[in-house]
Amino acid sequence: MPYHLDSVFQIAGIGIIVAMIHTVLKQMGKEDFAHWVTLFGFGVVLFMVAMLIQDLFQTIKNVFLFRT
Amino acid sequence: MEIIQVVGLGLVTTFLILVIKEQKPVFAFLLATFVGIIIFISLAAKLAEVIGVLQNLATQARVNNLFLETILKIIGIAYIAEFGAQVTRDAGQGSIASKIELAGKVLIMVMAIPIITVIIETIVQILPA
Repeated sequence: MPYHLDSVFQIAGIGIIVAMIHTVLKQMGKEDFAHWVTLFGFGVVLFMVAMLIQDLFQTIKNVFLFRT
Repeated sequence: MEIIQVVGLGLVTTFLILVIKEQKPVFAFLLATFVGIIIFISLAAKLAEVIGVLQNLATQARVNNLFLETILKIIGIAYIAEFGAQVTRDAGQGSIASKIELAGKVLIMVMAIPIITVIIETIVQILPA
C-alpha cells in the first residue's frame, strides 16, 4: 500500500464534522450558512478524490498503454 | 500479506460509510470511490510486474509486438471501464454505467480489428485458391 490511508479517515471525519456543523447552524436558524459549509466540505473532498483519480489514470496508462 | 491490508481497509471503510451515510450520503459515496481507487492503485503496481514478465516472454518468443500491445491495451480499457461503471452504479446511475460499459465494448472491438484482419488474411492465404 503505497498510499497513506489517513485520507480515508480524513474524508470520513470531514463528512461527520460537516454534518454536525450543518445541524448546529440549522438549529441556529442560519440555513444559507449551513448550505455553504456543506458545499465547501464537498469541494474539499472532491478535490482529494480528483487528485487520486488523476493518479490512478496515470498509473493505468503507465502499466497498460506503454507510456503513451 | 497484502490481502489482509485490503480486507481490513475495506471493513474499516464500510463501517465509516455506514456512519456517514445517515447524515451525508454524498460524502459516503466519495469515500467509497476513494477507497476503491486506493485498492486499484495498489493492485496496479502488482500487475505491472506480471506484465513485465509477459513482455519478456513475448520478446524471447519473438511474438509480433502488435499483438501484445493490443492485448494489454484491451485489458487496460476493460479495467478502466469496469471501474468507472462500478463507481457510477454505486451512485445509483445504472443507465450511465451501462453506457460506459457499452463504450468499453465498442472501443475494445475497434482495438481488436488489426488482429482480426491479420487472422483473416492468414486464413485466406492458407485456403487453396
